[in-house]
Amino acid sequence: MYKLKTIFFSAPWSAKFGMVVILLFSIVSIFAPFIAPYGETEIIGKSYELWSDKHFLGTDNLGRDMLSRLIFGARNTIGMALLTTFLAFLIGSITGMIAAVIGGWIDQIFGRIVDVLMSIPSLIFALLILSFFGTSITYLIGTIAILEATRVFRLARATGMNVAVMDFVEVAKLRGEKLGWIIRKEILPNIAAPLLAEFGLRFCFVFLFISALSFLGLGIQPPTADWGSMVRENATLISYDDITPLLPAGAIALLTVATNFVVDWMLHKSSGLKDVS
Amino acid sequence: MLVETNKIDNEQLNRPLLEVKGLRIEGLSEKGWQEIVRGVNLQLKRGEILGLIGESGAGKSTIGLAAMGFARDGCRITAGEIIFDGIELSSAPENEKRKLRGTRISYVAQSAAAAFNPAHRLLDQFAEGPVDHGVMSRTKAKEKGRALYRSLDLPDPENIGERWPHQVSGGQLQRMMVAMAMSCSPDLIIFDEPTTALDVTTQIEVLKTIKEIVTDSNVAALYITHDLAVVAQLADQLMVLRYGNLVEVNSTGQILEAPKEDYTRALLDARTRHEKTTAQFKDSSTLLSIDSVTAGYGKGPDVLQEVSVSVERGRTVAVVGESGSGKSTLARVITGLLPPRSGEILFQGELLPHALAQRTKQQLRKAQMIYQLPDVALNPRQRVRDIVGRPLSFYLGLRGKERERRIIELLEQIELSETYINRLPDELSGGEKQRICIARALAAEPELIICDEVTSALDTIVAKAILDLLQRLQYELQLTYLFISHDIDTVASIADRVVVLYAGRVAEQGSKSAVFQPPFHPYTRLLLSSVPEMKLDWLEKTLSTRSTGRNCP
Repeated sequence: MYKLKTIFFSAPWSAKFGMVVILLFSIVSIFAPFIAPYGETEIIGKSYELWSDKHFLGTDNLGRDMLSRLIFGARNTIGMALLTTFLAFLIGSITGMIAAVIGGWIDQIFGRIVDVLMSIPSLIFALLILSFFGTSITYLIGTIAILEATRVFRLARATGMNVAVMDFVEVAKLRGEKLGWIIRKEILPNIAAPLLAEFGLRFCFVFLFISALSFLGLGIQPPTADWGSMVRENATLISYDDITPLLPAGAIALLTVATNFVVDWMLHKSSGLKDVS
Repeated sequence: MLVETNKIDNEQLNRPLLEVKGLRIEGLSEKGWQEIVRGVNLQLKRGEILGLIGESGAGKSTIGLAAMGFARDGCRITAGEIIFDGIELSSAPENEKRKLRGTRISYVAQSAAAAFNPAHRLLDQFAEGPVDHGVMSRTKAKEKGRALYRSLDLPDPENIGERWPHQVSGGQLQRMMVAMAMSCSPDLIIFDEPTTALDVTTQIEVLKTIKEIVTDSNVAALYITHDLAVVAQLADQLMVLRYGNLVEVNSTGQILEAPKEDYTRALLDARTRHEKTTAQFKDSSTLLSIDSVTAGYGKGPDVLQEVSVSVERGRTVAVVGESGSGKSTLARVITGLLPPRSGEILFQGELLPHALAQRTKQQLRKAQMIYQLPDVALNPRQRVRDIVGRPLSFYLGLRGKERERRIIELLEQIELSETYINRLPDELSGGEKQRICIARALAAEPELIICDEVTSALDTIVAKAILDLLQRLQYELQLTYLFISHDIDTVASIADRVVVLYAGRVAEQGSKSAVFQPPFHPYTRLLLSSVPEMKLDWLEKTLSTRSTGRNCP
């Protein structure tokens, strides 16, 4: 706990801001049912009501409370983005480290598969897969995770290569250690810092990607609340000089900026650059 | 104290070219700003070479750079004066200092390979400095470059400058760097360990070049090194440094003959040869025998050709040779990292499978390896407990308290207290790291330990302690060593048998006394005569008895 405190206070203001925002968002999404004044899909009034004491941010196109939808949307969007990023990292970092340690044919095969996947624009690839298999959450997470895993693979392989040539990895090989042990104990702890920083960055992209797909109607399906589709559902309001549909978009932007602040700071720290005053 | 020269009149000679007074430099570490140079004074006159001697962390390079008015990132000059030819460098504006650097003060770095830009031709890089400083035109600079190459005896001086840095050898590259430092005819050259990364046979060529340059052009030089024998050939005065403090300064002869301080004596002592008394073992059966092994990488040429070596139990066999001779490849073949193209390896009379994957756990356990660079041989994220404990649980199945007890026992064996058990490699010194590497090898209870240049990355005093430890362990545990080294001094002090490798073939092998005493094999003689001795006129004598160029078999 003490360590966390010192880390927090040694961070620059931008990273502090980012950490506070991330903390707030996570509290909101974890305790959504207790914080939100109304239910997620509960219709409690007329559609497009204005901001009032009863409905703090008005109601949406079906007459559901906007604030409650925003709060539940945080939970759904962030939760799914996190899950997808975890999956992407699981696939990407393990295959990347295997490619780095074994090299040769395995490296070639993995590398070419990744090249093929990366050569197709990811949004088009996702649209293709989702329109083919249908828009279930499982396919959505799976598709995005595999697409994002290609980037993670590249990073894990490149940083893993630098570690794999070290003598201590040779020592482990000479000792007769298995591949799993080498990856887990010798490689992973040494590339954890750049991977963690990349995690934050990837999380942003996944998050934006899901929102974009939802906005196009292929992401999270109604009536589940999520920020991307909320923008689309209430888009007409913008013609009436009402900024309400921009609120979920703003939430997306805020979280992205906050995560990037933290990631930048972590990348700077892991690069080992000294601040010369 | 002065070198007698007739080229410049006395008044100019007596005025110091470089004067440093009370220099203090701080470096940024995790604990904040810490003083790394603590009030050093020095004076340097034209035509004089001052040797800065000390172990790593003594502040030698920092002082060298400060002489150019430069402080590395994370360093700052806090006090003192640096006066170069009447100019106060520590307060001079950056612009003025930049004009001096390269034209009047130049710098020769340790690794020429890293200091040259691989994407430009050598002569273009030579011309860059003079042209940028507006000293001469590009054609003139190139002309001067060729003239310098000629005077430095570089092969094909007219065309060598058209080559790329990777097309010349390491020694030639280092000499090219010395030429580059001379491009604007500077008044002061700073040499920062210019021969440390080179083989002894190459080192001697570079030393000759430096000596010629300095005496011919009457420049002043700061020569930074950790090797007393090397600097003794060049310097008029020596300055011994430790932890940023001045220990002793005197003429080279005085330091070598009659050192005043204990630390200087320790440095000298560590560098003198210690003959090993071979322990007698009853059992002297052959432990490892390598039978006409030929090996190479990928589709490349054979790096080892028909190499046969046999190692007796309880003895130390040293493999010597310069870089590229195939020493490390031999180690890779024995450990199974590089399956040989032909030939056999017998361990305790039984055939070892060529590839690592086919060897059994017990076969792997019996041969352990210690590496040259303890920094990269230890996982920076593992504590000493995990590093030393892993072979215990992996090979011997030790768990819990038993394992803990054995780790502490091993730490005692390598003369470290049990408080080290929770440390990370970053919290250890270079010598301590190498000790942990030894403990890790011992943990497997091996028969054979392959030592690959284990002392060459360490300071002389630390290296001597490691060698003593290895010998003690050999005596106590009846270990067998295969000791790979390019350092003849080290080999002479530890080996029982010596194998001389040259270009992938065994040039000579036999007991140490047979190899290191006349009659010599021609290559062994070249190798032996290239090792700097702690005598003042060693370089001149060696060069005069040897024709220029290399006479190898």
